[in-house]
Amino acid sequence: MSANGGRPSDRKSLPVSGKTLLALAKAAAPSPKSVARSLPFPLRPGTVPVGVEPKREPSKFGANYDTDWARSYPARAARVLLLEGVLRPSMTLLAAPILRGVDRLDDLDGPAIFAPNHHSHIDTPLLLSVIPEPWRHHIFVAAAADYFFGNRITATASALAMGAIPFERTKISRRSSDEAAGLINDGWSFLIFPEGGRSPDGWGQPFRGGAAYLSLKCEVPVVPVYVGGTTRILRKGKRLPRPSITRVVFGRPMWPHEDEDSRRFALRIENEVSALGDEGRNDWYQARKRAHAGETPSMRGPQAGDWRRHWDLGDRSPIRRRQKRTWPNLGD
Amino acid sequence: MPRPGFVLDVDRSTPPILFHHGEGFRLEKLPADRSRIIYPAEPLEPLDDIEGSIRRALLNPIGDQKPLPELLFPGMRLTIAFDDISLPLPQMKSPDIRQRVIEQVLDHAAAAGVDDVHLIAALALHRRMTEDELRHAVGDRVYEAFAPSGALYNHDAEDPDNLVEVGTTDKGEIVEINKRAAESDLLIYVNINLVAMDGGWKSTAIGLASYKSIKYHHNVHTMRHSTSFMDREKSELHSSTWRMGHVLRDAGINIFQIETTMNNNVFGTEGPMSVLQKREWEWNPRDRATFLAMKAGLDRMPARSKRKVFQSWRAPHQMTSVQAGEVEAVHEITTANVYAQHLVPVEGQTDIMTMGLPYIGPYNVNSILNPILVMCLGLGYFFNLYKGRPLVRQGGVLIMSHPTPWEFHPVHHPSYIDFFEQVLADTTDPKVIEETYEKQFAEDDWYRHLYRTSYAYHGVHPFYMWYWGAHALEHLGRVIVVGGNEKAVRRLGFQPASTLTDALEMASDVVGRDASITHFHNPPVLMADVT
Repeated sequence: MSANGGRPSDRKSLPVSGKTLLALAKAAAPSPKSVARSLPFPLRPGTVPVGVEPKREPSKFGANYDTDWARSYPARAARVLLLEGVLRPSMTLLAAPILRGVDRLDDLDGPAIFAPNHHSHIDTPLLLSVIPEPWRHHIFVAAAADYFFGNRITATASALAMGAIPFERTKISRRSSDEAAGLINDGWSFLIFPEGGRSPDGWGQPFRGGAAYLSLKCEVPVVPVYVGGTTRILRKGKRLPRPSITRVVFGRPMWPHEDEDSRRFALRIENEVSALGDEGRNDWYQARKRAHAGETPSMRGPQAGDWRRHWDLGDRSPIRRRQKRTWPNLGD
Repeated sequence: MPRPGFVLDVDRSTPPILFHHGEGFRLEKLPADRSRIIYPAEPLEPLDDIEGSIRRALLNPIGDQKPLPELLFPGMRLTIAFDDISLPLPQMKSPDIRQRVIEQVLDHAAAAGVDDVHLIAALALHRRMTEDELRHAVGDRVYEAFAPSGALYNHDAEDPDNLVEVGTTDKGEIVEINKRAAESDLLIYVNINLVAMDGGWKSTAIGLASYKSIKYHHNVHTMRHSTSFMDREKSELHSSTWRMGHVLRDAGINIFQIETTMNNNVFGTEGPMSVLQKREWEWNPRDRATFLAMKAGLDRMPARSKRKVFQSWRAPHQMTSVQAGEVEAVHEITTANVYAQHLVPVEGQTDIMTMGLPYIGPYNVNSILNPILVMCLGLGYFFNLYKGRPLVRQGGVLIMSHPTPWEFHPVHHPSYIDFFEQVLADTTDPKVIEETYEKQFAEDDWYRHLYRTSYAYHGVHPFYMWYWGAHALEHLGRVIVVGGNEKAVRRLGFQPASTLTDALEMASDVVGRDASITHFHNPPVLMADVT
């Protein structure tokens, strides 16, 4: 009696499955890489001799990404369409911006450096949709080289959609500032967040000297801008935006004083943005009184423990309160 | 370099001339060899640094007045009064001059820690300004800082609790003005001088006054003895106002006057309206095409839509000077600056004066230029835009072009309706009107209520409009309106004509067939310096 219960075996069983065979065949076939490697020199690159440091090609991304193409006419036309057709309507729905102080730009002629505070990724599209003409469509943005220009997709999207140029935020880069200065001298306006990054906790951070330095170098004014309410839409660490109301307050264009260095000018810009924030949250006259008395509330918040800083944020807290329920949810 | 105004002698080669005609236009060919046209000067160059100029004016006052920061101290009562909706014309593009000045004044007040600040629209017997109009004048920042707490409001010339009698002039004129303004430690007046009659003591002594006080100079006698009221030295209106101003000064009211002048850039140098500011022979093909298209469109548009289009126009006026300090010293410089823009030397008077009346006057901003306002604009304002002698001779003819619709704004001009229906149906004689009807309208409770709580001009206002033209009515032999509503024109006591040719034919009955004609090419505003 056979092992299969006495029935004659009518087919031979395979030692391995079809899938395995396919995998084997695939492994046996030479890959394009291995084919290339098997080619003789000079059909393949020469091998680096042992002990010789291989030459590294600089990365085309990050701070080195070339954004010149984003200021060609086709790219600009595409950006205008994107901005006016998609970005502005989206921002109106998402951020419902309340604008103040646009009239302060009436006497401004030529390029300027727009220097707002920074809380959220929404800040850039929001500002690009509310900065008035003629600056709106002739502006470029400083974007973190490591974050926005890390690969081809994000770099292309940032350059095209925002007109962004890569800016090093971890070190002082002559390339970034030279590129920005060149564009400003060519008549482009510049949107830069002097804090260098988004607020981690809802309070502001010290203004760095980039905007002030470029203002001194290119002899163009800095327009201080206060942006409020964007933390509620998309605070740092969140991925999905939620609609809320925002305020954007434009200040008077500022010029560096005689003998004022970029550090002191940056501090003055920061104070002005703080005063605009006070104006945006309260009324203009009370804000002016506090500014003259040196009592403008600092954007940086109190020097205190975390809970007190959070407590002092009050209504500006990025954390949304849950809606109160009148009745407990008993389930159905 | 802007070109000055000038007088053009009309010959056969002169193109047809633009006549404003309400919310429309006419092109008229003036008879050659006996006509001339007075063209306004081109807009003067604006100030290079407006903010800096205002700052310097506040820190370097003119006359016997201290720099503004020295007048401000904590705990003081500060009142800032400003011109109302009747200035400038048309309304200017944002930011308004008043906003620019008031923001700088308030910035000084904030630096001094002044808490008690009131802002008052000095509208005398004009209608109250709406929220939008106030926002446009002072800006959103100022409006939102003061209006919610009730510190920014319209003057009320009929509020017995908020008026105070300051004194009486040596001619027995009672001076009664806004109590808050009179009792403040400092009263700052922010003015816009569109024409030479504005500013000076007129700002505070009229703008903040009550009917009881205003009636001393807004009357037929004063207006007939103001030749013209655009020329302060020869204006009885201003003499009376100056006397009242001295009463304010002598009562110890500390006034810091800020006066501004603007150029006559009404229609801009670009865009569809710019053609209206060019001399006809300088219209390029684009201008001509624009004008034809605009005229064709307007001719087919309903009156309501046309009005909406024109009233939404914001003029690109620009500031040409700003001066601050003591009222009279400031006003001397202001007047000189206004004359620099407006005065055009003209030799001799004319038999017939022609003018095209535009869609707007001081009292129909966002409203309707009703027949009484047509009379006031033509015989009050345009006729009086002279210095020296009237442009038209005694007994001459005035021909003005305007549709003169029998139409009134029921909210803004309720008493005008009754004035037109009742008073003018009886008589057009200003003296008789004043003696018979003024008191009844001025003291009518319903009109008073509408003035105080709605957006109506005071009950007496149509009377003042009629008195405004009293000097012209006395001076002229005939007034003809071209293209106007026949019934409305006749109600005004004028003669209607379908065309300018007809009007000139009718005028020949009064001044003869070879009468000289002068066309007053206004706006932009000009003032004839007649020698």
